Amino acid sequence: MKLTLFVWRQDGPAAAGRLVRYEVPGVSPEMSFLEMLDVLNDTLVLGGEEPVAFDHDCREGICGACSQVINGQPHGPRRRTTVCQLHMRNFRDGDTIYIEPFRARAFPVIRDLVVDRSALDALIRAGGYISAHTGGVPDANAVLIPREDAEEAMDAAECIGCGACVAACPNGAAMLVAAGKIAQLAALPQGRVEAGRRVCAMTEEMLRQGFGHCSNHYECEAACPKGIKARFIAKLNREFVKALAHGERRPA
Amino acid sequence: MTLDGKTPSGPIETQWDRRREELKLVSPANKRTYRVIVVGTGLAGASAAASLGELGYQVEAFCFQDSPRRAHSIAAQGGINAAKNYPNDGDSVLRLFRDTVKGGDFRSREANVYRLAQVSNAIIDQAVAQGVPFARDYAGYLDNRSFGGAQVSRTFFARGQTGQQLLLGAYQAMMRQVGAGTVRLHPRTEMLDLVVVDGAARGITVRDLISGKVESHAADAVCLATGGYANVFFLSTNAQGCNVTAAWRACKRGAHFANPCFTQIHPTCIPAAGEHQSKLTLMSESLRNDGRVWVPKRAGDTRAPGAIPEADRDYLLERKYPSYGNLAPRDISSRAAKEVCDEGRGVGPGGRGVYLDFADAIGRLGAATIRGRYGNLFEMYECITGEDGYQVPMRIYPAPHYAMGGLWVDYHLESTIPGLFVLGEANFSDHGANRLGASALMQGLADGYFVIPYTIANHLARTKPGAVPVDHPAFAASRVAVEASTKRLLGINGRRTITDFHRALGKIMWENVGMARSAASCRDALARIPALRAEFWENVRVAGSGATLNRELERAGRVADFLEFAEVMARDALYRDESCGGHFRTEHQLPDGEAKRDDERFCHVAAWEYRGEGQEPVVHVEPLNFEAIPLAVRNYT
Repeated sequence: MKLTLFVWRQDGPAAAGRLVRYEVPGVSPEMSFLEMLDVLNDTLVLGGEEPVAFDHDCREGICGACSQVINGQPHGPRRRTTVCQLHMRNFRDGDTIYIEPFRARAFPVIRDLVVDRSALDALIRAGGYISAHTGGVPDANAVLIPREDAEEAMDAAECIGCGACVAACPNGAAMLVAAGKIAQLAALPQGRVEAGRRVCAMTEEMLRQGFGHCSNHYECEAACPKGIKARFIAKLNREFVKALAHGERRPA
Repeated sequence: MTLDGKTPSGPIETQWDRRREELKLVSPANKRTYRVIVVGTGLAGASAAASLGELGYQVEAFCFQDSPRRAHSIAAQGGINAAKNYPNDGDSVLRLFRDTVKGGDFRSREANVYRLAQVSNAIIDQAVAQGVPFARDYAGYLDNRSFGGAQVSRTFFARGQTGQQLLLGAYQAMMRQVGAGTVRLHPRTEMLDLVVVDGAARGITVRDLISGKVESHAADAVCLATGGYANVFFLSTNAQGCNVTAAWRACKRGAHFANPCFTQIHPTCIPAAGEHQSKLTLMSESLRNDGRVWVPKRAGDTRAPGAIPEADRDYLLERKYPSYGNLAPRDISSRAAKEVCDEGRGVGPGGRGVYLDFADAIGRLGAATIRGRYGNLFEMYECITGEDGYQVPMRIYPAPHYAMGGLWVDYHLESTIPGLFVLGEANFSDHGANRLGASALMQGLADGYFVIPYTIANHLARTKPGAVPVDHPAFAASRVAVEASTKRLLGINGRRTITDFHRALGKIMWENVGMARSAASCRDALARIPALRAEFWENVRVAGSGATLNRELERAGRVADFLEFAEVMARDALYRDESCGGHFRTEHQLPDGEAKRDDERFCHVAAWEYRGEGQEPVVHVEPLNFEAIPLAVRNYT
C-alpha cells in the first residue's frame, strides 16, 4: 500500500504547528497504525529529519498512551479500538490520512502528537480513590457485594485514561473519565462512605483543570475504545445532586 | 564471594514474624525527615510509594510514562494468587509456598517464597478495600479460578483486566498521597544513573524527558521497581518502553545482577507478521484447552490449512506428549513449536508459527460454546491478524514474556549496595527459574505494600537523614557522565537506525539465548554481541537534540544498555551448565524433554558483579537450601 499522510508537526508547546505531507510507500496491511508510523520515522531519521513524536507504550490497547486523532476521529475509524490496535487493513491503497494530536483546552500539545494529560491524574488526586490505609483492612469477604454491583463497578472501571472522550467532546469535557471512577466506587459499599465528598471534589477539579461541561452530545461514548457508557454521566449527576442534598460542602 | 541472603533461622512459618520483631523502627515524628526515592510506578512502585507516603516519609516517585497509571503491570490479564482457601478446596499458605517453589524448579529462596505466600491474603483484602472490582458470585462472595501449576482454585480476577484494576488501586492510593503532599510525582522522567557515596545509595540522576534537563535527586534510600528486561529480545509481550536501564546502571554502580538467564517464554502469542513487527501480543493459554496444535508434516507445504488432509498433518504435542497433549507445560510447548519451525514446517508469514485449530472443538461443542468460552480472544485475534479463528486455524508462536532474573536482593529486598532496594519483577528472588501464572501481580504488591514498609525502616533507622546533600560532588560527577553519554549518542550520526540495532540484538538473543540454549550458542552470542555493540557506537543514527522531548534519544540509551546487559545474560546462560525451569540447555534434558537440573553444582543463585568496560564480570554465589521442601524432580503427571 502507498499512503499520503498529513501529520501535525509542532516543535514545542509555544511553537506554531502545521500539517506536513509525507508519502509512505511499502505499507503492509498487516502493520498496525503505529508500525506504519515507525516506518515513516525510520525513513525520516535516515534522511536527516526529525521523526514524528507520538505517545505509545503497551501496543495492546490497555495502557491508554495513544493520543492521536485520525481523519477527525480520536483513535481512528474502527470502533472500540485504540490506535495501537488499529491495523492498516482498515485503510486502502492510495488513501490520504490526516493525523493530529488529541485537542482540548486541558491537553496542551507538548510536541507533534504528544499532549499533556496530567489533568486526568489531577482528577484522581482530587478524590478518585477510597481512603484505605495499607494494612488493617477487613477480610475481603467480610463485606458482601452483590454480583450486579460488582459487575456495574467493573463496567465503569474499564477506563484506560486515554482521554479520547475529552478529545471527542465539543466542550472538551472529562465527564466520562470522572463518571467512570465515581460510578465504580459509588457502586461498592467500601466506596459509598466518601461518595459525596468524592463527586464534589472531582467535579470541582474538572473545572480547575480547564475541562468543559457536558451538554449530552454522547461523542465520548462513541470515541471510547473501551465502550464506557455515557449513562455513567447520569450516575455522576445523581451522585452530585445527592451530595448537595446531604449538605456536602465543596472543598474550598 | 558468598552472598548472605540474611534469611532468618528457625521454623519457616515464623521467620517473617520474628524478623519483623527484630527490625529497627523509625518513630512517627522522625519519618518526615527521611526522603525515599521510588523509581517505577507499576504494581511494586506505586504500592511502595503509597505505603511509604502514608507512613509519613517524603517520597519522590518517578516514571518515564506520562502518567504513573500506564506502567506495564496494567497489561496483566489473568489474575492474582492468594492462599485464602475460600473455595474450601484444601489450599493453604504452605501449599501456595510449595507450588511456587516447585514451579520455580527449586531455584528461588525458600524464606522469600514463604513470606510471599503468607502476605498473599492481605493483598486481596487490601485490593478489595481500595475498590478493586474482583469477580463475585451471586451471593456476593469473591470468585476464584484455577491456573497452571496448581491443583486448587486460588486465583482472583477482574475480567481479563486484573493487572489494570490492581494497578489502578495502587495508583489511586498513591495519588491520594500526592494530594496529601507526602508523595511528589515526577512523570516523564527517566532514571539514568544511581549515585553512590561511601558505598551507600544516596540518590539518582534523571533526565526530564520534556525539557531534556539532567537533574539530581538526593535521598536516604532508593527503591527500584523498574520491571523486567524481556525487551532484550526486541520482540516480546512487554511494552515498548520496558527496559533494563535503571537496573543495569545500578549494576554498574555495584548492585549485583542475579540469574539474568532466567527468562520466561509464553507459548500462546500471536506470531510476527513481518519485519516491521514491533511487539507480540499474548493470548490466554486457556485456548489450548480446546485448540489442537499442528503443522504440515512436510517442510515447505504451502497449501492453505483447510486443503491439508489429516494424513499430512502433524499434531506435534499430541504425538510427542500423549499424556499431556495440547496442554503440555509452557516451556515444553514453546520448545516443540520452535523445533518444527526450525525444520521448515512452520506456518504463516516467515514460517514462524504453528496452527491452533478449533475445528474439532467447534464440531464437537458448536461454535456458540467456543464463542462463550473464548469470544474476546477470538475478537482480539481477528483485530490483529484480520483472520477469523472460527473459520481458519489461529496461528501462534512463543514470545518472551517475563524476567525471573533481576538485581540480587537479600531477605530485606536490599541489593548489594546498602540503601538500594529492589522490588517486583526488577529483583530476582521469588520465582526461581520459572514463574507460575498469576504470581507476578502477587509478588509486586507483596513487595510494595507489605515488605518494604518494614525493611526500609531498618536501613533508615541507622542513617542520618539528609547526610549527603544534592550538592555533593558525586551528584555533579554523575550528571557530567550522563550528559557526556547523551552527547556521544547524538554525535555518532551514523547510517543505521536504533530499531535496526535492537532488532539485530534481539535476533542474536532469541536464536542463541532464547527458548533453548547450548554452550555453543551462548559462546556464539558472546562473540557477536560485542561486535554489534561496537558498531552501534560507531554507526547508529540518533536524530534530534538533547534539549527537547526526543524519543530517539530515550530509545538509544535503552538499546545501548541492552547491548551491554545481553552479554551478562549470555554469560550467565553459559555458566549455568544445567537445565532448570525456563533455562533450557539442550545438553541437559531428561528422556521426556524436561529440564534436567544439576543440584550438586548449581543449587545456587549466580549474581554477577560488574567490573568495568571490557572486563569480564565476576560471579558471586548464594547457596540455596531447601529445608521445608526437599529437592525433587519437577513432575506434572
